[in-house]
Amino acid sequence: MALKEKLHQLKLKYQGKKMAPAFNALHTFLYTPNETTHSGAHVRAADDLKRTMNTVILSLVPCLLFGMFNAGYQHYSAINGFPENFSLFEHFLTWDNFWVGVTTVLPLVIVSYGVGLAIEFLFAVIKGHEVEEGYLVTGMLVPLIVPVDTPLWMLAIAVVFGVVIGKEVFGGTGMNILNPALTIRAFLFFAYPTWMSGDKVWVHEAVERAGTADAISGETILGSLAQGSDYSYSLADMFYGFIPGSVGETSTLLILLGGLFLIFSKIASWRIMVSAVIGALAMGLIFNGIVDAGWLPEYSKFYSLMSFPFWQHLIVGGLAFGIVFMATDPVTGSQTNKGKWYYGFFIGFLSVMIRVFNPGYPEGVFLAILLMNVFAPTIDHYVVKGNIKKRLKRLKTATIYPKASDEVDSLKTETA
Amino acid sequence: MALLSKKDANLIKDPLADNNPITIQVLGICSALAITAELKASVVMAISVLFVMGVGNVVISLIRNIIPSKIRIIVQLVVVAALVIIVDQVLKAFAYDLSKTLSVFIGLIITNCIIMGRFEAFALGNGPRRAFLDGIGNALGYGVILVIVGFFRELLGSGTLFGIKVLGDPIAKTGLYSIGYENNGFMIIPPAALIVVGVIIWVQRSRNRALIEEA
Repeated sequence: MALKEKLHQLKLKYQGKKMAPAFNALHTFLYTPNETTHSGAHVRAADDLKRTMNTVILSLVPCLLFGMFNAGYQHYSAINGFPENFSLFEHFLTWDNFWVGVTTVLPLVIVSYGVGLAIEFLFAVIKGHEVEEGYLVTGMLVPLIVPVDTPLWMLAIAVVFGVVIGKEVFGGTGMNILNPALTIRAFLFFAYPTWMSGDKVWVHEAVERAGTADAISGETILGSLAQGSDYSYSLADMFYGFIPGSVGETSTLLILLGGLFLIFSKIASWRIMVSAVIGALAMGLIFNGIVDAGWLPEYSKFYSLMSFPFWQHLIVGGLAFGIVFMATDPVTGSQTNKGKWYYGFFIGFLSVMIRVFNPGYPEGVFLAILLMNVFAPTIDHYVVKGNIKKRLKRLKTATIYPKASDEVDSLKTETA
Repeated sequence: MALLSKKDANLIKDPLADNNPITIQVLGICSALAITAELKASVVMAISVLFVMGVGNVVISLIRNIIPSKIRIIVQLVVVAALVIIVDQVLKAFAYDLSKTLSVFIGLIITNCIIMGRFEAFALGNGPRRAFLDGIGNALGYGVILVIVGFFRELLGSGTLFGIKVLGDPIAKTGLYSIGYENNGFMIIPPAALIVVGVIIWVQRSRNRALIEEA
């Protein structure tokens, strides 16, 4: 308790000073504030914004750890070949693999948090408001959705861009139109495409070794499909995540667990997740149907992506990760329950569509989510309007007691 | 500035800062997006617009009393179109490569809202001397933003200025590129111009709070 008391005293000392917001952010990060309201009715719940954010981070930790091991696994497998009799403890959960993860993934996490929080603190001090917690989740998402060898200075620039242009100019956490993590990803993708796609970026050291005798590569499954070539990963590999890809997006199993955790802690919307899955399956089924009907000649460049079994879209690439952790962002998604269904459905639908029709963007997920982020307020607007219309209709046919008063007539003419 | 009275001087000074056609009135955005990927194109565009606006404003101002007001837009269009064709032909004759880079956008100066806006708002109601100053001022205000945007987009997007490799050679890996720097492909695509213009507006407004509208 001594530390807590000291922090409280320090807070009083800094009150009203310019640096107060920066201090308060640290102060309430671990402890509840010592002042409470004394009057009126209040919801007494522990889950404030910090707690919400921490829960999401908790659900991301398995993905992060898996990503660290996978970074090493992909690296060594690209050099020595994939093990024939794969055993989890012998080939995957090894110290060697973990060490590669520590040296490649941890710097990404540190840069992401360091740069992002520095900007948050800077803006809080300049604008004189409390530091907002929004970056806690973004900072964790960012390293998980970039290739393992992303140069750190690129990541730093992208984080500056994403936080300032994607969030702060709109008024900070809660006011942003676009998901900041995806803004960062999109910026990286358009600014440095050679580091964000191709067969060299998904495996640690592949870029440095390119052109030498030790050259290694690892193409993602979607990348292989876009070129019409084969891939050698089994369905189990895809589901458990032993495939090349962005750091944290590969393991559908752990994403699923994280998603269930978020649903049971009521932090993420199950409606968005379910409808996005439905949307992806629907689009995949349409494409499979076109192929089955024989409308698409085999030499078409879309053939291998369109004939990819519809449900497997969910376990390759970043679709699962996007649906669970990005689409459900409460700030940028739809707010109404009905709107969430439309919003989620189109995310899934468009993701698969972009994947198939634009092989240049094998990861259509981030584009689909950003696009629907823009449309989310419009969807909500029409849902709310539709509801008002429905209730007005109900009112028109309703009998209002007492029948014989003048007020009823005036009410009816008013609403008519 | 002894040449100009204070009122006249403001005709040139205002559009450069507090009444800038791009950042305050938000006009002429299309061309600011389209041709600012290179600094050279931005400068040529700025000079072209300077010529068209300076001369155009004077011409409209001279004939302002004999234009029937019902067809004034058409008359204005004819004047701009004539001037733009002159610019276009001069570019084709003396700077053919550049004219190919700018392609259709020189022709589209005709539709630049800043020009029609100044004709309507100023040249039709003022004498040729003041109209000239106003045209020059607004064209300079437009040009300044174009050059700033072009500077940042070419420097960050291609690592060059006026085509000169100021940051080193990206292929031979000299200069900044030898330590791993890479050009930012995002700055080449048109949306980047919107963001750069947005940042300029942000800077301008935080320096001069009077520009911020009541919410």
